[in-house]
Amino acid sequence: MKKDIILAGVGGQGILSIAAIIGYAAIESGLYLKQAEVHGMSQRGGDVQSHLRLSSEPIASDLIPYGKADLIISVEPMESLRYLPYLSQTGWLVTNSKPFVNMTNYPNPDDIMKELQQIPNSIVLDAEEIATEAGSIKSANMVILGAASPFLDIAYDNIEKAIHAVFGKKGEDVVAINLVALQSGRNIAEQSIKRP
Amino acid sequence: MRTLLLLGDEAIAQAGIDAGMSGVYAYPGTPSTEITEYVRSSKEAHELGIVAKWCANEKTAAETALGMSYAGKRTMTCMKHVGLNVAADPFINSALTGTNGGLLFVVADDPSMHSSQNEQDSRFFGKFALLPILEPSNQQEAYDMVFEGFDLSERYKVPVMIRITTRLAHSRSGVVRKTSRKQNKLRLPESPLQFVLLPAVARKKYNTLLNTIGSFETEALSSPFNSFKDGHDKSMGIIACGLAYNYLMENYPDRNPPFPVLKICQYPAPAELFRDIHDHCESILVLEEGFPMIEELLKGLLASGKKIRGRLDGTIPRAGELNPTIVAEALGFPRQTITPIPSLVVPRPPSLCKGCPHIDSFLGLNEAIESYGKGRVFSDIGCYTLAALPPYESIYSCVDMGASITMAKGAADAGLKPAVAVIGDSTFTHSGITGLLDAVNDHSTITVIILDNATTAMTGGQPSAALNRIEAICKGVGVEENHIRVMKPLRKQHEYNTQILKEELEYDGVSVIIARRECIQTLNKRMREKFKDKTKS
Ligand SMILES: Cc1ncc(C[n+]2csc(CCOP(=O)(O)OP(=O)(O)O)c2C)c(N)n1
Ligand code: SF4
Repeated sequence: MKKDIILAGVGGQGILSIAAIIGYAAIESGLYLKQAEVHGMSQRGGDVQSHLRLSSEPIASDLIPYGKADLIISVEPMESLRYLPYLSQTGWLVTNSKPFVNMTNYPNPDDIMKELQQIPNSIVLDAEEIATEAGSIKSANMVILGAASPFLDIAYDNIEKAIHAVFGKKGEDVVAINLVALQSGRNIAEQSIKRP
Repeated sequence: MRTLLLLGDEAIAQAGIDAGMSGVYAYPGTPSTEITEYVRSSKEAHELGIVAKWCANEKTAAETALGMSYAGKRTMTCMKHVGLNVAADPFINSALTGTNGGLLFVVADDPSMHSSQNEQDSRFFGKFALLPILEPSNQQEAYDMVFEGFDLSERYKVPVMIRITTRLAHSRSGVVRKTSRKQNKLRLPESPLQFVLLPAVARKKYNTLLNTIGSFETEALSSPFNSFKDGHDKSMGIIACGLAYNYLMENYPDRNPPFPVLKICQYPAPAELFRDIHDHCESILVLEEGFPMIEELLKGLLASGKKIRGRLDGTIPRAGELNPTIVAEALGFPRQTITPIPSLVVPRPPSLCKGCPHIDSFLGLNEAIESYGKGRVFSDIGCYTLAALPPYESIYSCVDMGASITMAKGAADAGLKPAVAVIGDSTFTHSGITGLLDAVNDHSTITVIILDNATTAMTGGQPSAALNRIEAICKGVGVEENHIRVMKPLRKQHEYNTQILKEELEYDGVSVIIARRECIQTLNKRMREKFKDKTKS
């Protein structure tokens, strides 16, 4: 088993908590892991990325080579496109559709959607809306993670366990909301995989 | 087995704790900051009584570590690459004094300048100081090398450099811990003159150092971190240093390249190390993160003889960090078909946070200085450097920490009036105070704006060394009391602040304006913690 994942977003959107949960679940599943994070400058509203590599064999590089990522998971639509050179020809792209606009020259969102539609294997969803239905807009991250979960090759209950571990400190209700968000995201992904 | 999932930085910190280190001293700087942060927040380190301190700058940090080594204990000092420029004096000279307890200089380079002014390669500094360098290729080696580094340091009584780069510093992986070692007991140096670099002593100590280089080379020859693996295809031999080794292996899923491979992670690397691969291969490919150090050595001045490929002949780009794709191309693998970035994607640079006090300071300054024209504001390094970009476009320099005040003075001496310096509180205590003293002594006509957000925000909110003492420092340095002004950078104070700035811009002498309001990020963090404590009790 080998999964190379690019996590993308904007500083402050919390892609590192997605990384932490996948990481926890991967270790729980007995996998090797390397995760290159971005710290420093890029966190003040700049673009952020993380390279997350999981494998049943020891991993060499901390960075994913171009054209080799199995999955791009993004919490922001334009940011998902920034990392397309990493995506393998058979890889999947899972992204939030809701733009995060903190600049004056942000492109037209409709054009971004058009670009996303051209990607053969993609799942685009409004994570904020689904998260709000699940109980808290703050769990938008987990909606995205849920939508990416069918492509992770990690047992679903290990991801749930990881959510318990990572959010446990914040209380049972926070865990519960995040679990519902995760499941909603997963349901959407499963529907779109069935209906290509 | 005790395996932990750690950043490269954290692996070094944990190893320090496990290897019997008694103290870590540092000034923050990406990508080195998390080493000291980790020790400071480690319960274990706390229980072991390990001292973990943020210092005023890298020089004071390095000297404090040297003092702890003098007293016989193990210690490390951590910094980003440009921090070593600041600590260069203690670094180079401690190679001559030598050490008593084990001393590590952990230096984090930032090739590709993800968050730095340059991409200097600290291995050259290590070589310049004639000291051993360890350059881990992964998180486990980073951990193990702290033990090895302390051993080397105590065996030869010299400081040892551990050189890492951003990708290792900020990448997480599993690390297996070793059995813990006890800290050293307090023990003074055997010779009372060991640390006295009077010329007569220094000459002797320098000779001792020169005579030890041979031993450093022997260590590198037998080091488990340097290894040679033969390959059947002798058309090319590959030398891979540090992290580059991983990028090489990434290109061979069976981890078995057909070419002879020499992995180098410990320096100084003597000629014998290269002899075999050089003599038996038709050409050599050198993969190193940073400057072409080994490549230059192998090539020699006249580049006669063997074909050596790397950054110098264009096989690999001269600037920027390596990655597996660059290495694949150097190895001659066909290019992957890749999807290009759609043209509508635009850069998203970082910006000042909403509500940041610096915003109000710059809005005030822009208005106050408008009548004098552009190009008069020298700045420094910190969050506020973002004010060089739209919509503020307020500042015209960012060179090295502390350079705002001194550059403004130089420009004022040349006749530029007004000449303004903008400097953060942490940068002011790092290396701004001495420049201010120069200006006061010369009665220079400069206006210094100290942006006091009560923290070192840029690197994640470490404490500010002179919290609530900035006025006292300026007064002590000799700035006239009625030209030390304090303002609160808030939107509703804009008129008042602009007026203060205008008055001081007109003044013929040194004036200091302290713009004081806490960073929004640290304020929010403090509030969250306070709320947490309240809900607990
Ligand atoms: C010699 C050196 N050490 C460390 C750094 C990393 N660094 C850049 S800015 C900065 C701190 C800035 O703090 P401050 O001046 O208070 O400004 P703020 O970010 O809080 O606005 C640090 C530690 C550096 N660039 N150079
Ligand atoms: S971190 Fe603090 S100082 Fe830096 S931009 Fe944000 S509010 Fe301003």
